[in-house]
Amino acid sequence: MSAPLNGKVMEPDDVRRALTRIAHEILERDKGVTDVVLVGIADRGDDLARRLAEEIRRIEGAEIPVGVLDITFYRDDIGMRAEAPEVHETRIPFDVSGTTVVLVDDVLYTGRTIRAAMDALTDLGRPRKIQLAVLVDRGHRELPIRADFVGKNVPTSHADDVRVMIAEIDGQDGVVVEGAR
Amino acid sequence: MHEHVLSMHDLTADDVTRILDTAESFRKVGTRVIKKVPALRGRTVVNFFLENSTRTRISFELAAKRLSADVINFSASGSSVSKGESLKDTALTLQAMGADAIVIRHSSSGSPLQLTRWVDAHILNAGDGTHEHPTQGLLDLYTMREKLGRLEGLRVAIVGDVLHSRVARSLSFGLVKMGADVTLVGPPTLIPPDAPVWGVHVSYDIDAVLPKLDVCYLLRVQTERQRLEFFPSVREYARFFGLTRRRVELMPQDALIMHPGPMNRGVEIDSDVADLPSAVIEDQVTNGIAIRMALLYLLLGATKEDPG
Repeated sequence: MSAPLNGKVMEPDDVRRALTRIAHEILERDKGVTDVVLVGIADRGDDLARRLAEEIRRIEGAEIPVGVLDITFYRDDIGMRAEAPEVHETRIPFDVSGTTVVLVDDVLYTGRTIRAAMDALTDLGRPRKIQLAVLVDRGHRELPIRADFVGKNVPTSHADDVRVMIAEIDGQDGVVVEGAR
Repeated sequence: MHEHVLSMHDLTADDVTRILDTAESFRKVGTRVIKKVPALRGRTVVNFFLENSTRTRISFELAAKRLSADVINFSASGSSVSKGESLKDTALTLQAMGADAIVIRHSSSGSPLQLTRWVDAHILNAGDGTHEHPTQGLLDLYTMREKLGRLEGLRVAIVGDVLHSRVARSLSFGLVKMGADVTLVGPPTLIPPDAPVWGVHVSYDIDAVLPKLDVCYLLRVQTERQRLEFFPSVREYARFFGLTRRRVELMPQDALIMHPGPMNRGVEIDSDVADLPSAVIEDQVTNGIAIRMALLYLLLGATKEDPG
């Protein structure tokens, strides 16, 4: 295993290229966009999902439905923090039953968020397939979960802080690893 | 967020906004096919109702169940309370059984606060004597904000037996906190003498108030209290303060009519008025579940702080 990285690991262009590649990979894997929907995990995952939908429209000329999922009520650490986790909005204006849902999130770490997202999603319907796209996979899984589409694998230690910045929220795209060393 | 929900008086404007915002997410959960989320799985909520109530108890029960908590209903009749057990011993028993939250309704003002001194569970006040009914006040605020888009600057009249009404107290405190303009309306015998310090106006003439309202909130005439003769007769009350079709005409077109239920049709509200589209009484009931889900979630979703 290579040494943990520190500092800026993705520049704005890297993020753009990674999203373009993931869009191509989704189209290739799912053979087009028939019955494929994107569901971003709030917050930041939903912005990434919208970007992917734009890329797919540009490449394939096809519209792909985008939803946003809040997983707060499905977390496994409710009651373990000083404040109840803040609630975001869930807005999925289409039926997920029978579709291939591509979950989109910024960072894949322990896998607990994805576990919660799958539970939340199956309460809304019965997707035919669920796939996972993430901008950064930083390792350290605590559950048997893996991503189908990865922007960049970033080796980290538990003490590191991985921050994904999205132009919509942070003014500029990028990924920064801040080590505790 | 606080450890308990005892009164609207205790809450800050920021607390109220946070509760209403959280309730909005739960309101959407209530429109799904699967209306349940696993947030409070494994927690136990006790409905401890020592005074009759159907809608509040059912609303709390549904709220807890939609959060996947286990619910125990405990009422005075047919329980150890009717055998003479004290409030303290009953509360300690519920605690020993592992209650994480106790929802209490009691005829004595202050009993929820008393309960917090005896048990570790989170306490939610579901109505105590003539003191407060904070969850009703919050669901009313939610309904006004949902329908009218804001609370600040809203002109609201609360009409009827304000003196005995814990609903009126909670709602007035909440509205004033959020910057609304509140007028209490009723016969002088039923307006509390300390009303001016609540930060509200008082009027004894409903017809003069109606044309300047965004919300007309009617209180139930508590006929069970009329042996005390605060007004000569129910018919006279209906004549002077009942919301009739004629009085609705005096209100602005888009003003809301609200009532905490159960209604006395033909007394404080005419039957055809209660069925108007601007009477949002059923929305109040639906929103009550979301408000109670939000409160249970915000209380039980955090670790309990160490006392001291």
